[in-house]
Amino acid sequence: MNKIKSSEITPEHIYLSRRDFLKSMGIVSASAAILAACGIAPTESAQASVAPASDTQLTVPPSADTDELGGALNSFEDITHYNNYYEFTTDKERVADLAEGYPTSPWEVRVGGLVNQAKTYSIDDLRKFEIEERIYRLRCVEAWSMVIPWMGFPLSKLLAEVQPKAEAKYVRFETIYDPEGMPGFKKNPWYQWPYVEGLRVDEAMNDLAILSTGLYGKDLLPQSGAPVRLVVPWKYGFKSIKSIVKIDLVAEMPTSLWMAAATNEYGFYANVNPAVDHPRWSQGSERRIGEFSRRETLMFNGYEAEVAHLYTGMDLTANF
Amino acid sequence: MKSSTFNRLLSTLTHTGALIPFAWMLWDFFTHNYGPDPIREFTLRTGKTALVLLLLSLACTPINTLFKFRAALRLRRPLGLYSFMYASIHFAIFIGVDYFFNFSLIQDGLLEKRYAIVGLTTGLILLTLAVTSTKGAQRRLKKNWKKLHRLAYIAGILAVIHYIWLVKQGVTQPWYFAGVLILLLTLRVKPVKNWAGSRLKGV
Ligand code: HEM
Repeated sequence: MNKIKSSEITPEHIYLSRRDFLKSMGIVSASAAILAACGIAPTESAQASVAPASDTQLTVPPSADTDELGGALNSFEDITHYNNYYEFTTDKERVADLAEGYPTSPWEVRVGGLVNQAKTYSIDDLRKFEIEERIYRLRCVEAWSMVIPWMGFPLSKLLAEVQPKAEAKYVRFETIYDPEGMPGFKKNPWYQWPYVEGLRVDEAMNDLAILSTGLYGKDLLPQSGAPVRLVVPWKYGFKSIKSIVKIDLVAEMPTSLWMAAATNEYGFYANVNPAVDHPRWSQGSERRIGEFSRRETLMFNGYEAEVAHLYTGMDLTANF
Repeated sequence: MKSSTFNRLLSTLTHTGALIPFAWMLWDFFTHNYGPDPIREFTLRTGKTALVLLLLSLACTPINTLFKFRAALRLRRPLGLYSFMYASIHFAIFIGVDYFFNFSLIQDGLLEKRYAIVGLTTGLILLTLAVTSTKGAQRRLKKNWKKLHRLAYIAGILAVIHYIWLVKQGVTQPWYFAGVLILLLTLRVKPVKNWAGSRLKGV
């Protein structure tokens, strides 16, 4: 019923028609040729992936227009054209352009470390997990937020397959390291690449933590962390690491890229918490993209009921 | 060219140049060309313009010292006033649009963040300089006027610190502004000024 209505008003159609237009002009295939000529996409399969598979995928409209608190979904255009991805650029509005056509197929995610069944997953392997829709709020540490209809599966399902050993206390994630293909590495050499993030095993097993492969019913675009990324909605956005190539179970707390860059500003936990201050951005409120006035930021980004028990007895100011 | 014609041309250029960013912002505002986060977009653009104009204003004296280009001295006031204008819009967006006069949030956002306190201090200095920029004030304040208006350098330093403190580690743009500022300040130091002046005046 309201399916038709919501898809009618979704600005994503504008986006799609632009891509269709570009495609009809042969620009997509031309850019594939250019990329190939530059040696950026040397293999057959990588070339094929330049023509975005996501456009041809069946679009399942989101099951709701809002999150469970009534916040409207952000448009596909805003979600995919305003985000941080420092491997491409530090400019949120240029990530999409620079990431366009970035080859994300073939792709492998090596899952290992302290596990009984180390396994390397191809995209097809990941597709075998049952994909669910999860409408989550995303709260950036820079004090802006969005509501995003992710597609993905619980991280716990993948962990169950590899069987973490008892000594495993943390999960360490790594983004692809590709200084030739992604311009941000060379422009920002002072970060300790590759991008690393981590979760405690019990956090990783929480049902809210998902590995996402799509949004708005379509495969992720490169700028959103294709082909597979983490989404942990009760933590600041930078914890939701993109374009994952490696997942290790480890005994020691991993040092994330941001922890290494500014120990006093970014802790391991990075839980959304209006009471814990950041030297730059006031964490008490946020700007919801697409809305006019500020919203108050919610404890654990509104997921207190689901995750607060993970932190009972912990000093969240010390463990920020 | 007669010097009065030249001065008028220079002044017209300055006014036009200083107003172009504003016209551009209005254009983008009314054509909805501002991306997904317009508040941030216009905050950044007005802040950046205010800083550039402030540094240009501070560059006038060294330019005269180095190149004996006296006409530059007349540009200090308009450039400083335009800087103040953009800083005012910048501040107005912060208070009136971003925080929408929500004073409990403003307290947290403005008075507890070091970058914002520094920004506010810069803004207050620019305000002071703007209201005392008239000929009348100059006459009334006599010798103190010059001292007071040396605060423009403090404003420049604070504006750059504001910028450095509000970006993430590893974002380099503010350091280019810091570099320009340090150069301008160095050229004010007597021995450097005399040396550089003597080298260049002959050219
Ligand atoms: C009056 C109090 C002021 C407040 C509350 C204030 C607040 C802000 C805020 C909230 C931002 C954006 C931060 C972000 O979203 O990343 C910003 C950016 C900036 N502000 Fe201010 N500011 C003030 C005064 C000034 C003044 C007086 C100047 C310069 C003369 C200035 C120059 C800048 C610059 C250069 C930027 C960064 C622009 C960019 O990144 O492109 N600000 N300020």
